[in-house]
Amino acid sequence: MMMSHTQLPASGAGRRAANGRPSRCPLRVRAVAAVPKLATKAVAPSSYTNLTPEVAKDLYYDMLLGRDFEDMCAQMYYRGKMFGFVHLYSGQEAVSTGFIRAMRPMDSVCSTYRDHVHALSKGVPAREIMAELFGKKTGCCRGQGGSMHMFSAKHNVLGGYAFIGEGIPIGLGSAFQSKYAKDILGQEGDYDVTASFFGDGTCNVGQFYECLNMATLYKLPHIFVVENNLWAIGMSHQRATAGTSGDVEPHIYKKGPAFGMPGVHVDGMDVLKVREVALEAIARARRGEGPTLIECETYRYRGHSLADPDELRSKEEKAKYAARDPIPQLRAFMLSNGLASEAEIKAIDKKVADEVEDSVQFAEESPKPERGQLLENVFADPRGFGIAENGQYRYELPGFSSGTAAVS
Amino acid sequence: MQANMRLRAAAGCSRAAITPSVRPGPIARHAVLAQSAAKKKELFMWEALREAMDEEMERDPTVLVIGEDVGHYGGSYKATLGLHKKYGDMRVLDTPICENGFMGMGIGASMTGLRPIIEGMNMGFLLLAFNQISNNCGMLHYTSGGQYKTPVVIRGPGGVGKQLGAEHSQRLESYFQSIPGVQLVAVSTVRNSKALLKAAIRSDNPIIFFEHVLLYNLKAEVGDSDEVQCLEKAEMVRTGTDVSIFTYSRMRYVVMQAVAELEKQGYNPEVIDLISLKPFDMETISKSVKKTRRVIIVEECMKTGGIGASLSAVINESLFNELDHQVVRLSSQDVPTSYAYELEAATIVQSSQVVEAVQLMCGPALVPA
Repeated sequence: MMMSHTQLPASGAGRRAANGRPSRCPLRVRAVAAVPKLATKAVAPSSYTNLTPEVAKDLYYDMLLGRDFEDMCAQMYYRGKMFGFVHLYSGQEAVSTGFIRAMRPMDSVCSTYRDHVHALSKGVPAREIMAELFGKKTGCCRGQGGSMHMFSAKHNVLGGYAFIGEGIPIGLGSAFQSKYAKDILGQEGDYDVTASFFGDGTCNVGQFYECLNMATLYKLPHIFVVENNLWAIGMSHQRATAGTSGDVEPHIYKKGPAFGMPGVHVDGMDVLKVREVALEAIARARRGEGPTLIECETYRYRGHSLADPDELRSKEEKAKYAARDPIPQLRAFMLSNGLASEAEIKAIDKKVADEVEDSVQFAEESPKPERGQLLENVFADPRGFGIAENGQYRYELPGFSSGTAAVS
Repeated sequence: MQANMRLRAAAGCSRAAITPSVRPGPIARHAVLAQSAAKKKELFMWEALREAMDEEMERDPTVLVIGEDVGHYGGSYKATLGLHKKYGDMRVLDTPICENGFMGMGIGASMTGLRPIIEGMNMGFLLLAFNQISNNCGMLHYTSGGQYKTPVVIRGPGGVGKQLGAEHSQRLESYFQSIPGVQLVAVSTVRNSKALLKAAIRSDNPIIFFEHVLLYNLKAEVGDSDEVQCLEKAEMVRTGTDVSIFTYSRMRYVVMQAVAELEKQGYNPEVIDLISLKPFDMETISKSVKKTRRVIIVEECMKTGGIGASLSAVINESLFNELDHQVVRLSSQDVPTSYAYELEAATIVQSSQVVEAVQLMCGPALVPA
């Protein structure tokens, strides 16, 4: 029995209209809400795409890494090792893992301030992220970005953005480059795909709509991933967003078709369902069929940030989602379907714990940035600092990098 | 926003058309002078800008243009006329009206290997793109620890035109100047517009490139395809001894109009076109201040927080002992630009004010003409 959480046609290729001519309609995906009652035990691994033991264990490892890492961040924050605004992803791991582990290294990811786990899923070493959070110069951004600005050019993590919505155009630009590289510059192969992750609150920001329009208009290989955790700090989704016509509830995925792309809703607490939707959307984009809007129903177990007292969310709501924790779900599924043994799972648990411990140790032992680092990355070309009185470029003056020479 | 600005500006330009005999600016260490002795044909500034983009797009396939009506319409000021026929719809990308969105898209494309020229149909419209310009264009190279660069050129017409109304008459250089990580360049002549745009496109830094709505129909010779002009250097327009007049963009012509009058009265002002609004070329500026010991800044920005405010502070701080007089700023009044001709004229600096300022600052001319 095929459990369809969406009604995606098997493949875009070879669809024909009734008269036998190739259908020109874009893929029509009718979104179907997740059916949480269906126990994962009832679904065999074979109903999922290529769900081998290796893939399943990788999914488990990645979600656990995200969870343990964020738990460690909370500890370190309260111990005074990291500061400022720190927004943890705990509870949402199925979305990051389900999508990003289905992507290729040359694909790109763009996020918001809740970005630690997206970076981890994409392959940025935990050490580099923890060191960044500790403000050390060995951090992925040399300590200059911090929690809300995780970047990795090596792993195609485009950031880390503090203002919600401002990352989506960046993700779109990456998708544009991918299309340009192939269509104009003649790059071989299929399109590299970009996925931008953002929340329910972002779906009221103008840039979101500007980008939905351009993504379809230019048919860009971009995936809009909405992590609807029902709350934007203290604004519940229902209070911030008007319902779509004929509905009481607001439905973000229904806005996709209004902008010419499929809108899909998925249970974001189930990594296997997320992965199925992700694989289809990624394949669509790679084939050049354009963008998809995917709304993942998910939940953050912690407050908006570590400074949030989190008083508005009800105990009942939290308990309901705690019961749907994606990690025990997957663990149970793997065990009952022979995808992993207890011993293997324990080994992964230990591996993750060690990795997180190591990241803290690395961050602790790493040096802080020196004063001379202050001016190094303001410009890609340091001639941008201008010409000094003596005719030299400022950056050439002795003492410039330690801030003793004039900087303006 | 959809007013046919092209016709208005063309019509209005004749009132402001002044072609003073200016010396071409010094081409600094990173530029190559055109060597041809043959007389070149003259181009309008909009043609010069177009030629710059055409040459750079031909030279480098990662260069593209993004903006409203840049493609099929040819650009509101014709700066991209016909380019879409040569390069196609993706390299001359017509966008919907969504400045923040397409600015960010261009910046994202620049992070991932392309070199977009992003046009603001009027620089004022870039107020809608301020989020992207400040946070992502300016800051991203820094917050990413140097991993991503943003080699964009953000260009378009700004400044006070002829009765275009307050919102189409803005000077955004004063709003953008505080953004760390960007360079601000203002072009003024046909020749420097082409040479600077080429340099800006080749630069790995984000360059905000200010053209002036009333200068597009200036006509003069341009350099060849190798001529690029240093983005950080000011242009010596006229050497002198009495006073240093620092200016940029269209106010250069207002100043030179005043200079014509001042010369008759026996004054010998030095006129420097800043070109680089951020960073300031402190070599050219300090040499001039040390020589003349008097400074007048003539700008189209509002008095409050304008480029002149920054320059005045810098001169005060670093060249205080070289001054015989406080720095004088002639700026636009802190007033939204009226539609009515007389009020608009009263808002911006006129050449008579420049003459008066020099007279007041220098006293009677020592050597009558």
